Amino acid sequence: MSYTKLTREQLAQRVARDIPEGAYVNLGIGLPTMVANYFAPGFEVFLQSENGLLGMGPVPAKGEEDFDLINAGKQPVTLLPGGSYFHSADSFAMMRAGHLDIAVLGAFQVAANGDLANWHTGNPNDIPAVGGAMDLAVGAKQTWVMMDLFTKEGRSKLVERCSYPITGVGCVSRIYTDHAVIDVTRDGFALVEAVPGITREALSSIAGVTIR
Amino acid sequence: MISKISSSIEAALVDVRDGATVMVGGFGGAGMPNELIDGLIAQGAKDLTIVANNAGNAEFGLAALLKAGRVRKVICSFPRQADSHVFDSLYRAGKLELELVPQGNLAERIRAAGAGIGGFFTRVGYGTELSKNKETREIGGAMYVFEQPIHADFALIKAERGDRWGNLTYRMAARNFGPVMAMAAKTAVASVHDVVELGGLDPEVVVTPGIFVHRLVKIPREATVASGYKTT
Repeated sequence: MSYTKLTREQLAQRVARDIPEGAYVNLGIGLPTMVANYFAPGFEVFLQSENGLLGMGPVPAKGEEDFDLINAGKQPVTLLPGGSYFHSADSFAMMRAGHLDIAVLGAFQVAANGDLANWHTGNPNDIPAVGGAMDLAVGAKQTWVMMDLFTKEGRSKLVERCSYPITGVGCVSRIYTDHAVIDVTRDGFALVEAVPGITREALSSIAGVTIR
Repeated sequence: MISKISSSIEAALVDVRDGATVMVGGFGGAGMPNELIDGLIAQGAKDLTIVANNAGNAEFGLAALLKAGRVRKVICSFPRQADSHVFDSLYRAGKLELELVPQGNLAERIRAAGAGIGGFFTRVGYGTELSKNKETREIGGAMYVFEQPIHADFALIKAERGDRWGNLTYRMAARNFGPVMAMAAKTAVASVHDVVELGGLDPEVVVTPGIFVHRLVKIPREATVASGYKTT
């Protein structure tokens, strides 16, 4: 089997393609943040940051950083004209009540029933930290996961049941990976598209899960 | 004449007692009231429960308060940071109790306290380790978890501008937990960079009305460089 995985940039570009103009979107810390780089100029998407920003803009030029204006990853950002600031309770109301259309999150594992694990490896030596992960996972109208299919150690992040502590029950609707785009349906994982050179059967086989 | 303006940080924090629950605003450095935390360290109250989003960075602010051994318990959403070694080592040594709360549940539990709500049902956290042993209920076909309010004796928050009646505005993303923490505490202490005359804040843009604020302390703007305020 010969195929080329998507690069992180290509994956970000692929996710961006599915976000409709006018959507209210939260891009999680890490890989999902890159999606913001791939909206066409003039294409209006409202980016939310859970620390109290709507209409978040790009990273400021060097020397223009203002550390009162940061994203959830605590990196300096900008605010677009038309953007707004609000307090944390309002921010999470936007998520919890489904005002937010799409949350794009990273993951340790996604299960065939849509369970998401992305906050804790379960290792008792790790300092636990959850931040807004659980709020984002179940709040937005749609929760998408963006991740490499395999861990650095080569284990599949698609699983029948999460072995890591879960972040949300049955909350993931779509998974963008470097190998394929996969929907989570009532009947489990369903292939949307794979990179050229991988069949559905081959993908099921390397991922170690049933993909319809 | 009513003036909520304290003569000093020391005066604003004089009655924080041992065993108090103290909310501390801020998300990362933005909105972190470092001057008030330093004041709390100097004041000496111990056996504190701290409610905050994070649990301190490096050796300053909340981390310094933890390091000074003043804190019994932390209620927060995200203690782990690249430089949270003070929290990490106290937690691993079993010297610090941690109640980990999803960030939105934390904000809403604080808001509930400030709004006189005796708790609320939320879908967030259902079926996870963080809702173990909590009451659940099916509402409209979805499963919800009961979350209780978090009250505090004191809230230490950082605002931008205030007047002697306690009205506040904030700056950018430094707003975060400030408004809800002010509401949830018996005594809310806000640091501000500017104190303006009554009428100097446009009533249309007051974020925290003075009824929620009990004491104001003016701090110099340059003193906030450590938390990242851009000076130019």
